[in-house]
Amino acid sequence: MESTSGIKLTNSYNRSKIHPHKFALYVSMASIIMMFAGLTSAFVVRRAAGNWLEFYMPQEFYISAAVIVVSSICLHLSIRSFKRGSEAGYRLFMILAMICGIAFVGLQYSGWLTLDAGGISVDGNPSGSFVYAISGLHAAHVVGGIAVLLVCALRAFTVPYKRTERRLIRLELSAIYWHFVDILWLYLLFFMIWQM
Amino acid sequence: MAEVLVKKYDTDELIEKTGYDDHFHEHHDGDKYRSNFINTYIFSMDHKIIARQFLITGMIWALIGAAMSVIFRLQLGFPDSNMAWLKPLLGKWITVDNGVGALDPNFYYALVTMHGTIIVFMVLTAGLSGTFSNLLIPLQLGARDMASPFLNMLSYWFFFLSSVIMFYSLFIATGPFSGGWTGYPPLSALPQASSGSGAGATLWIVSLVFFVVSVLLGGVNYITTVLNLRTKGMSLWRMPLTIWAFFVTAIIGLLSFPVLASAFFLLTFDRSLGTSFFLNEIVVKGEILDYAGGSPILFQHLFWFLGHPEVYIIILPAMGLTSEVLSVHARKPIFGYKAMVLSILAIAFLSFIVWAHHMFMSGVNPFISNIFVIFTLIIAVPSAVKVFNWITTLYGGNIRLNTPMLFAIGFVSMFISGGLTGIFLGNSAIDIQLHDTYFVIAHFHIVMGVAAFFGMFAGIYHWYPKMYGRFMNSTLGKIHFWGTLIGAYAIFWPMHYTGLAGVPRRYYKFDVFDAFGQFAELNMFITIAAAIVFGVQVLFVINFFYSIWYGKKVKTRNPWGANTLEWTTPINAGHGNWDGNLPVVHRWAYDYGKDGYDFIPQHVPVSEDESVVH
Repeated sequence: MESTSGIKLTNSYNRSKIHPHKFALYVSMASIIMMFAGLTSAFVVRRAAGNWLEFYMPQEFYISAAVIVVSSICLHLSIRSFKRGSEAGYRLFMILAMICGIAFVGLQYSGWLTLDAGGISVDGNPSGSFVYAISGLHAAHVVGGIAVLLVCALRAFTVPYKRTERRLIRLELSAIYWHFVDILWLYLLFFMIWQM
Repeated sequence: MAEVLVKKYDTDELIEKTGYDDHFHEHHDGDKYRSNFINTYIFSMDHKIIARQFLITGMIWALIGAAMSVIFRLQLGFPDSNMAWLKPLLGKWITVDNGVGALDPNFYYALVTMHGTIIVFMVLTAGLSGTFSNLLIPLQLGARDMASPFLNMLSYWFFFLSSVIMFYSLFIATGPFSGGWTGYPPLSALPQASSGSGAGATLWIVSLVFFVVSVLLGGVNYITTVLNLRTKGMSLWRMPLTIWAFFVTAIIGLLSFPVLASAFFLLTFDRSLGTSFFLNEIVVKGEILDYAGGSPILFQHLFWFLGHPEVYIIILPAMGLTSEVLSVHARKPIFGYKAMVLSILAIAFLSFIVWAHHMFMSGVNPFISNIFVIFTLIIAVPSAVKVFNWITTLYGGNIRLNTPMLFAIGFVSMFISGGLTGIFLGNSAIDIQLHDTYFVIAHFHIVMGVAAFFGMFAGIYHWYPKMYGRFMNSTLGKIHFWGTLIGAYAIFWPMHYTGLAGVPRRYYKFDVFDAFGQFAELNMFITIAAAIVFGVQVLFVINFFYSIWYGKKVKTRNPWGANTLEWTTPINAGHGNWDGNLPVVHRWAYDYGKDGYDFIPQHVPVSEDESVVH
């Protein structure tokens, strides 16, 4: 019997239909949500205290939002191709997803440069500091996701194509996290626009 | 009295016949587990070894943290005595003037800070929940190991890394962090604020960030294992209370520790990038610093959003262990099992909406305080339910007064004594007088410090046979118990009086406050008691290590006559815990004294003539 992932899973009596590693990922995501909930509620509390500079989000943040949504769609298509046995689609969309992910981080960086050029510096009014801190911590989570996609892409090109349950689970785990950081950015961007 | 019957069954035969075959032993993964010294004892992925790693690391920290308290108690009890004899240990932190050695005030604050940090995080979070969640979750649920043994190993090693960094910070030239275990800015945010606020604070933050990672990795595993890998028949409502406690503890940790990480993240921005999240206009040593618009209260909110749930992260596992030990050694089912579970859940929920009671005197709006007062006082309800149920479990029981049982009863005593003062402190009006006094020190040391240690000791003495296949010496254990119980009350009881009189905590000495001069002898008494209690703990450590090699051997699989599944494994269980099939569960964990039988373990099938089956 094949264990279902890279990390050795003890088999025990598995009572739920959901894969334990997927479940563990959902639990970890709850934890990441709490971290950003902490930051955004600090944002709200600090804003209510006054002495708060309001400004527009740089255009790059909107473009990056579109790019990361495209990236999510690509990853979804890649996995769909993998399931349907289309090796070329699986590889192509995987690479596209990864490139979009890297482009996202680049866009965030140029967004920070635009902010800084517009007089919103990291150590200025706390409103600006919060935008840097929140988008920075999010970008760090995206970088983690890119590392995962890099491994996925490497495997897509180096390991001979074979549709196994184990590989599908790994891909799905990667996709769940990637869609998560995608939605997280949409929420954070919406939150910051709404609060400004 | 009716004769006590003993159910006749053969565990091996039962598991062989009725167990669940998960094909575990058809795998050959022995090369990953226990094939050499390194993967058996060091980078182990076996939950039982990881539990022992957490326990022993926690014990080392407990000794360091407790020794620190004895040193600052010496300062408080004997403020003008010659401390030159401590120079070989503390080096430059003892300043010798005219042959009279004195403790450096900066180092006094560092000691207080480190004592809190070490005991709260390293000992009572990692050492308590880390040890017993790891040991008992797979064993009591009938699982082969954690859902991800690899992440479990990482969890320990992140804790180890965090420990190394914290330990290293004790030895740097400017001293460890000294701004209090709560790390409030500006002392934690401005490197120039005090000698411990520079490198000491940086190491403190880095260490705790790794600690958070360790807690999260552990917690993800505990939750996933409990929800996914329970053996056949082990429904949620059949889980022992220990598991309920660890499970809920993990959930609380997973939701509250990330918020601490956020606070540290912003704090690091303030420390190194010049932001003003937590800093406002401030002058340090005559220099006006370039900060504006920040709020230290904001940090307090973020900190206590973790900080309050943290005290339940500490106490819930101790409650779980106590419930189990009380029931086993009273030979009675736990009273009100469902009420116990529901009160754990209620406490967990309430723990998230009471954090501002730590901030009543920090400038929080008094109308908002009212809401927090109400929720805080409501916590007394589930807590009282639990206390009532522990006492009624004991009532009429066939009590064995062995060491684990004594400590479990001691837990209940401490929890009542410390809990009552919580009702005082939960009122924001009374807090005007009592905040930041020794009354607070007395309250939280008894209710979550000493009580949690009692729960932990109960657990160690009770599950030691499972961990090491031997018993701990019971005479030494009883000396340990009585010394700790009497000693702890001797230390903390008098502090209620000094606190009511307004003696503030965290003061280096009181010689300029005439009003507090009357407590000089009381302070001496407390210090002597603290030194004796420390000695008794050393006795425990000696007993612990001596018994690993020379303790009385465990001869039978189930030495306490307990119902839970960990006692169905071989005495020294190997990788995978059960040799053949997994045991299947047919009943709850508390069939003690049922239908005239002394105990009926969970894996014994229900017979036709049994009364109520849970």
